[in-house]
Amino acid sequence: MIRRIVRFLDQRTGTAPLLKKSLRYLFPDHWSFLLGEVALYCFVLLVLTGIYLTFFFDDSVAQMTYHGSYRPLDGSTVSHAYASVLHISFDVKAGLLIRQTHHWAANVFVAAIVLHVLRVFFTGAFRKPRDLTYLLGLGMLMLALLEGYAGYSLADDLLSGMGLAIGYSVAMSIPFVGANLANLIWDGPFPGSSSFWPRLFIAHVLVLPVLIGGLLAAHLVLVASRHHTQFKRSARESERHVVGIPAFPGQAPRSIGLMLWVFAVLFLLGGLVQINPVWLWGPYHVGDGTNGAQPDWYLGWLIGALRLVPGFDLTIGHYTLVPNPFWGGALFPGVVFGILILWPWLERKVTGDDAFHNLLERPRDNPWRTAIGVAILTWVFLIFVSGSADRVDVLFGIDYATQIWVYRVAIWVVPLIALFVTKRVCDELVAGERRR
Amino acid sequence: MTKLRDWLIAAGVLLLGRGSPPAPRESRPRIVAPGEPDRRAENIVLLLFVLATIAAAAFIAVYALDRLSHQTQWLGLAIGGAFALLALAGTVIAHRLVVIEELVEPYPEDSPDTQDEIVQIVEESGSRFTRKRLVTVVGAGALGTIGAALLAPAASLGPLLHTGELYRTTWRRGRRLVDEGGTPFSADAIEEGTFYTAYPEGADRELVGSPIVVVRLPPAEIRDRKDWAPRGIVAYSKICTHAGCAVALYRKPTFAAVQPRPALVCPCHYSTFDPAAGGAVLFGPAGRPLPQLPLEIDRAGNLRASGTFSGPVGPSWWGVRMGKARS
Amino acid sequence: MRAVVTLATAVAVLLLLPAAAAAKDRRGAALYAANCASCHGLNGQGVPSATPGVNGVDGQGPPLRGVGARAADFYLRTGYMPLANAHDQPSRKHVVFTEPEIRALVRYVASLGTGPPVPTPHPGSVSAGLRLFTDHCAGCHQAVAQGGYVTGARVPPLTDATDRQIAEAVRVGPYLMPRFSTKAITPAQLNDIVAYVGYARHPDDRGGWAIGHLGPWPEGAVTWLLAAAALLGVCTLLGRRLRT
Repeated sequence: MIRRIVRFLDQRTGTAPLLKKSLRYLFPDHWSFLLGEVALYCFVLLVLTGIYLTFFFDDSVAQMTYHGSYRPLDGSTVSHAYASVLHISFDVKAGLLIRQTHHWAANVFVAAIVLHVLRVFFTGAFRKPRDLTYLLGLGMLMLALLEGYAGYSLADDLLSGMGLAIGYSVAMSIPFVGANLANLIWDGPFPGSSSFWPRLFIAHVLVLPVLIGGLLAAHLVLVASRHHTQFKRSARESERHVVGIPAFPGQAPRSIGLMLWVFAVLFLLGGLVQINPVWLWGPYHVGDGTNGAQPDWYLGWLIGALRLVPGFDLTIGHYTLVPNPFWGGALFPGVVFGILILWPWLERKVTGDDAFHNLLERPRDNPWRTAIGVAILTWVFLIFVSGSADRVDVLFGIDYATQIWVYRVAIWVVPLIALFVTKRVCDELVAGERRR
Repeated sequence: MTKLRDWLIAAGVLLLGRGSPPAPRESRPRIVAPGEPDRRAENIVLLLFVLATIAAAAFIAVYALDRLSHQTQWLGLAIGGAFALLALAGTVIAHRLVVIEELVEPYPEDSPDTQDEIVQIVEESGSRFTRKRLVTVVGAGALGTIGAALLAPAASLGPLLHTGELYRTTWRRGRRLVDEGGTPFSADAIEEGTFYTAYPEGADRELVGSPIVVVRLPPAEIRDRKDWAPRGIVAYSKICTHAGCAVALYRKPTFAAVQPRPALVCPCHYSTFDPAAGGAVLFGPAGRPLPQLPLEIDRAGNLRASGTFSGPVGPSWWGVRMGKARS
Repeated sequence: MRAVVTLATAVAVLLLLPAAAAAKDRRGAALYAANCASCHGLNGQGVPSATPGVNGVDGQGPPLRGVGARAADFYLRTGYMPLANAHDQPSRKHVVFTEPEIRALVRYVASLGTGPPVPTPHPGSVSAGLRLFTDHCAGCHQAVAQGGYVTGARVPPLTDATDRQIAEAVRVGPYLMPRFSTKAITPAQLNDIVAYVGYARHPDDRGGWAIGHLGPWPEGAVTWLLAAAALLGVCTLLGRRLRT
C-alpha cells in the first residue's frame, strides 16, 4: 500500500531522493527547540479557525439597530460587523468555540514566538549563517503583533474601538508625516470612511496572513537547509557535524504529538475559558468610554509606555514636532525592534566574531549577551507591568500617581541592576563548573 | 456444525488475509535501527485511540443536538479532549514505540566554487555591454520610476496631502446642544455636580468633532474664558487630546475642603483636565488642553454653541497648533 | 367597660408614641453625637476645617442638613461611614451598627432638614439600562460594573451593592462620584440602571470561566500562566533536557 503511494509520487514528481532525505533529516534534540513549532501550530490553527470565521463575519461598520439573540443589547445601535460577531457567538453552532479558540490561539501564538525568540537570542542561534533566518523571524513577530491587533479590532466593540483610536493617535504622532499617514490609512480623520473597515478586514484575512505565511515558508526552508543548531553534549557534536534524531520514525510522533497537544490546549481554552466577551463590552461609539480598557497582552508594553511619558508635546513655535504618543507608542517599540534587528551585526562588530556557528551557547557561556539581554527584557517588562498600575491601585490601594513616579525611575535603574546581577550569576555558574 | 466453522474460518481468512502479499524483498540491510516491541505501550495507544474516537464522536453528537446548557464548554471539552488523547497517544509512541536513533551528519557548507561560477556566469553574460555602469544606472532609474508609478495609486487610499479636514468639526455658531435622544439641552437642565454628553443637532455623532461633555460650575470658580460659560455652564470636546479616547469620567468633590477639585478624566491613560481653567491638563500624558466650546443660552432657554472650539479636536499632529478649529 | 378600656389604651398609646419617638430620637441623637458629630457638627452644620476631637482624631466633614434619609441610609449601610480619617476614601466595610441603630441614625439625620427619603427601585429594562449605564457610569465603573480607577480615587465594583444602594448612590453622588438628579436620570431610567447592574452581577458567560470580567488582563494571565506553562511542560515532556 505504502509502496503504491511512493511509486505514484516518484513517478509523477521525481522527488524520491528528496523524500528519502526528508525522512532521515536530523533534528537535534532539546525541549527548547520545540518552541518555534508551538508557534507554527498556533498559526495553522489560526488560519483554519480564521477561515471558518470569515464565512460569517460582515466587514461593514454601517450602523443598525440590534434585535438579535442577546437581549440586553436589544434596541442598541451597533455596526453590522459587531452584530455579525454576536451572531457567531450566539447563533452559529460551535461559533463561539471557534471564535474563542481563534482568539486564544492568537494570544498563545505571540507568547510562543516570544519564548522562541528568547531561546534563539540567549543561545546565540541568530549568529551566522542564521542571521537571515533570525530577521525573517523578527519580521513575523512584528506582523503577528499587527495581525492580532487588527483581528480583535474587527469586532468593533467598545474595548477594541478605544484601542483603534489610540492606534490612530500614535500614527498621527509621527513627526512630519503622522497626520498624512493616518489620513491615508483611515481615509480621513478618525473614525475614517466606510472603506476603512474593509481595509482592516482584508489586511487581517489576506495581506498579513500571506506575508506571515511567506516569511514562515522562507524561515522554515532556511532552517532546514542550514540544519538546526545544537548544544554541545558530547564529543560527537561539533561545528561541522550535527547529531540528531531523524524525522522518521523518531521525530515525527514528537512533532505530530506536539501539534495535537497545541490543538488540545487551544480548543480546551476555547471552550472552557471565556475570552473577549464583546457582548458584555458593548459596541464602540466615538463618544463612549469604559474604565479598565486594555489592549491584548502583547500590546501591554505600549500602554505602559504611553502612560509613563510625562504630558508634553514637543513644539517649535507653532509646529508640533513630536506629539506626546510618539515616544511611548512608536519610538519605544521602534527602539526595541531596532535593537533586536541590529543585534547580530552589533555582536559581530563588538566581539569581532565573524565565524559561522552551528553550536549553541548556554546563556551562562556568553555572560555579556545574557546580561544585556536580561537588562533589555527587564526594561520592557517593567514598562509592561506599569500599564497595570491602575489595577494595582484598585486591588492593593497603592496610589497610582506614586506608582507612575516609581516606575519612571525604576525602568532605568532596575535594568542596570539586573545587568550586573546577571553577569555575576553567569560568571559564578561557569566558574563553579570549571572548579568541578 | 463443522460446515459453519469452515465457513467462519474461510470468512476470517478472506477478511484478514486480504490484500496483495508483500513483494519479495531482496535481503537489504536495515536502514532504521531495530527495537524491542512494547505490547503494553501498544495497548495504551490503542486505548487512547479508542477514547479519542469516543470524544470526537461526542463532539459531533453534542454539536448536532445543541441542547446542553454550557454548550460551548462541552464542545470544547469534547474536541479538546479528543486532541489531548491523541496527543497522549503520540507521546507514548514517541517515547516507547519508535526507536530514537541518534545519528550524525555533516552540517552543509557553503560552496565558494559554485559562488565563483555564478559570478562568472553573470559577468560573462554582460560582456557585450560596453557601458555597463551607465546602462545599469539608467535602467535602475527607469525601473525605480515604474515602481514609484505603480505605488502612486496608493495615495488614493486617503487624503494624503490634504490634512485640512482635521481642523473641521460639526459645531458652529448657533448649533443647538442635544442629548442622545435628540432632545435639546435647556440651561436649567444642567445642574452642578454631574456631567452630560451632548451632540450637535442634526450632525453625524460618530465624528471626533461631535461629542462634547457639559458640566456646570459655580460661576465664581471659573477662571478662564468666563464669557464662554453662561451661568457657569462649560462645554469641552469629549475626545481626549492625548490618544483619542472619550473623556468619560467626571470627578466632583462632595467635601471640597479635603477632596480634589472637579475634573474631567480620560479612562485610557488618565489624562485629567480642569473644566474651570479652560481644560488645562492637571495630570497625565496629554500634551494639549481639552478644546473648549463657547456656549450661549438662546431665547427659549436652550444651550447653543456661540462659536467653535478653542483648538482642533482630537489627538495632536504636526499641524495641530498651526490652525484654528473650523466648522 | 370594654369601650372605656379601649379608649384608655388608645389614649395611652397616643401619649406614649411621642415618648417612644422621642426615645428613638434621643437614641439617634446619642449615636450621632458619639459617632458623627466630631466631623459633621452636633447639629449637622459641618466642620469646615480640621478641629481636634476625641482620640486625637481631627474632625472635618461636610454639613448634613437637608441630605435626608437617602444619603444617611446609603453611607451607613455600605459602611462608608463612620470614616476614621476625613482624608481617606470611604470604602465598603463591615457595618458596625445594628439595624435599629441604623434606623435611628437615619431618622436623626433626616430630621436635620428636609431631604429626600430612601428610594425604592422597581424592576426596569436591562437593555435600556445598558445604554444608560454606558453613557453615565461605565467610564468610571467599567462596562460590567467591575469598578476601576479615576485620578485620585478607586472606583468600587458594584457587585456587592444592593439595588437600593445603587439607586441611592446615583442620586447622592458619594465621595467623588457625580450626582444625578431626577432631571438628569428620571426615576424610570434609574430603575433601568439598577436592572442592568443586577444583570451585571451575573451576566451571560456562555464562553466559559469569566475570569473576573476584566478583559485582557486575566486573559493575558491565562495565556502565560496556563497555556504557555502547559505547552512548556509539553515541550519538556517530548524533547530532551540538556545534560550538563
